[in-house]
Amino acid sequence: MTTPAQSIAPLTLTPDQERRIDEILGRYPTRRAACIPTLHVCQEAIGWVSPDVIAYVAQRLGMATSEVQGVVTFYTMYHQAPVGKHVLWVCRTLSCDLRGGKTIQEHAEKRLGCHAGETTKDGTWTLKKAECLAACGYAPMVQIDDRFYENLTPEKLDALMDRIEKGEMPTQEETAWVPNTASS
Amino acid sequence: MPDYKNILSNRYPLAQSWTLAVAERAGAYGPAKKALGTMTPEQIKNEVKAANIRGRGGAGFPAGMKWGFLNPKPGQDVYLVINADEGEPGTFKDRTIMEKDPHRLIEGCIIAMYAIGAHKTFIYVRCELVLSIQRLEAAVKEAHAKGYLGARPFGKDHAMEIVVHPGAGAYICGEETSLLNSLEGQRGEPRLKPPFPAVKGAFGMPTIVNNVETIASVPDVVAMGGEPWSNLSLLPPEMKDGGTRLYGISGHVLKPGVFEAPVGITLRELIYDFGGGMLHAGRPLKGVIPGGSSTPVLRPEDKVHAPDPKSPMNKWHGKSHLDVPMAVDTMRNLGTMLGTCCAIVMDSSVNMVEASRNLMKFYHHESCGQCTPCREGTGWLEDTLNKLASGRGKASDVDLLVDISNNMMGNTICALADGTAMPMLAFVRKYRKEFLEAADKGLSPSQTRLDEAVRAALVGAARAQSHASHAVGGAA
Ligand SMILES: Cc1cc2nc3c(=O)[nH]c(=O)nc-3n(C[C@H](O)[C@H](O)[C@H](O)COP(=O)(O)O)c2cc1C
Ligand code: SF4
Ligand code: FES
Repeated sequence: MTTPAQSIAPLTLTPDQERRIDEILGRYPTRRAACIPTLHVCQEAIGWVSPDVIAYVAQRLGMATSEVQGVVTFYTMYHQAPVGKHVLWVCRTLSCDLRGGKTIQEHAEKRLGCHAGETTKDGTWTLKKAECLAACGYAPMVQIDDRFYENLTPEKLDALMDRIEKGEMPTQEETAWVPNTASS
Repeated sequence: MPDYKNILSNRYPLAQSWTLAVAERAGAYGPAKKALGTMTPEQIKNEVKAANIRGRGGAGFPAGMKWGFLNPKPGQDVYLVINADEGEPGTFKDRTIMEKDPHRLIEGCIIAMYAIGAHKTFIYVRCELVLSIQRLEAAVKEAHAKGYLGARPFGKDHAMEIVVHPGAGAYICGEETSLLNSLEGQRGEPRLKPPFPAVKGAFGMPTIVNNVETIASVPDVVAMGGEPWSNLSLLPPEMKDGGTRLYGISGHVLKPGVFEAPVGITLRELIYDFGGGMLHAGRPLKGVIPGGSSTPVLRPEDKVHAPDPKSPMNKWHGKSHLDVPMAVDTMRNLGTMLGTCCAIVMDSSVNMVEASRNLMKFYHHESCGQCTPCREGTGWLEDTLNKLASGRGKASDVDLLVDISNNMMGNTICALADGTAMPMLAFVRKYRKEFLEAADKGLSPSQTRLDEAVRAALVGAARAQSHASHAVGGAA
């Protein structure tokens, strides 16, 4: 995997992020229960879960670093290495694959010149395969950063990626499911 | 097309349906006011029992009975935990509630907390569902501001709080005890049962874990009364499978999506009426997975065999499996499960070795690894299917799939292993010829593409050709 330089940064949290972590700590009867949401805040801050993040979370929550490490490795949404500026997840589970998941993945690979699991040379995109994302009826679909894009074709995906590369973030609503009103 | 009135999803089409103002104008929080203002917890529990809500998370356990297992010791907190981990392949219904009508879930939590004596709810949402999390958090804030949550909801001296808790990406965290470990900040490994969560759940306290849709149904139960709500079901009351629910349909149909209908419509109605029928007129239905990928596949040509008039299935003797009402017990009698009530439809273009290989890869990836039969079995199933697909297999590998599956069942900590083995067995039993053919000559490149039949339409027929030849190859 290529390692984009811009994401290797030490953990520095903004006052707002610090405040969010304080608030998270207040929600649970134990400090440890704040572990998963706190890791999310840190990952949001620097793009991945670095050794710094693990040390910080361990110290903040009174856990051993090995315990935090054990949590991080169990879950797939923590990036254990730096990723591109945008992460593109292509759902490849059955319902999506029946409707073109593989075609979408191949199209993304061709466009980006890298395989699933890799980051583009310029550090813009990391491409990953996802397991079912609870959008099965709106297949094929991808998740880009924190948004779902559904009912895709290679052309629609291209249009979205073009805009994202220009700095825009298309809303989830643009491609989203709409309620069935047939029987109401 | 049958014409049913939407109840659970009636607010979905409203503009800004996720805001309190819109939801309340359309009836939200009326039932909570009624419940907290005029009913005792006992009365609410009785209505929920009478409603015959079978848990919507997949196991179909009666919600009223589950609530009845609570018996907290003095000084113990009681927790309500909402399972919003929605990760079972094929399942995408809970998300619609959280995105379009989060206040229905919040209201359900308020009524349920009051009924079971809880002061705190944790809604465990898989973190990929960012919009769901945002809408729920906003809804909780709005409800607080209105005084529907907080120290005295609806004037009742019963403080309530709701915490929206994100997961971190692990299918197994949908299993309720794994979810509790994950909530506590541990690795999401399932716990041995007993003790059941009702005795020792979140943070060691008595806990009720319910699915999003289960709890979102509670306001309507309170509004209508348990029995009338139960009677919305098309099934006879003695089947104790009541109400209205969300159905999902994905795969090879013209109109995939989520639909609301009474409990007890048939798979044929779901596929051909709600789902608009098969995607392609020339490609008939080959198999349907009725309720998420852990439920064994059904074939349209299979008929119910229940000649004994005393059999609960006798009513449907001689009928296609597609014409049996979808209910917890009927599906079990067909050798499958109702599961999450979200069907995956596969037409004649699908190779079933490849379809099962897709799913077994998933289960292998998602097994938490605590139990040897599951850890080894899921991996071995995937390897064996890879062998068959690549032409390195032999006929005995088909029986090996059966042996591995049989050895996985019944001796593991959680139901993931059974949910892997049972579908695998059904695939082999019902499509054995295809597995034997794969053992003989492997799968052709087009057979290993589940999207072969739809690809041309997706990319435009002419460009499909050039695309295939230029694609960055190799990734399976
Ligand atoms: C592997 C596995 C995954 C599960 N995933 C979910 C899930 O995503 N959502 C859910 O509500 N229940 C899921 N369940 C079922 C839960 O364990 C539990 O039965 C359910 O949350 C209870 O709620 P209910 O009675 O309201 O259905 C899963 C079970 C297993 C074994
Ligand atoms: S059955 Fe599988 S997923 Fe469940 S606890 Fe055992 S190893 Fe983990
Ligand atoms: S299979 Fe892709 S979202 Fe469910």
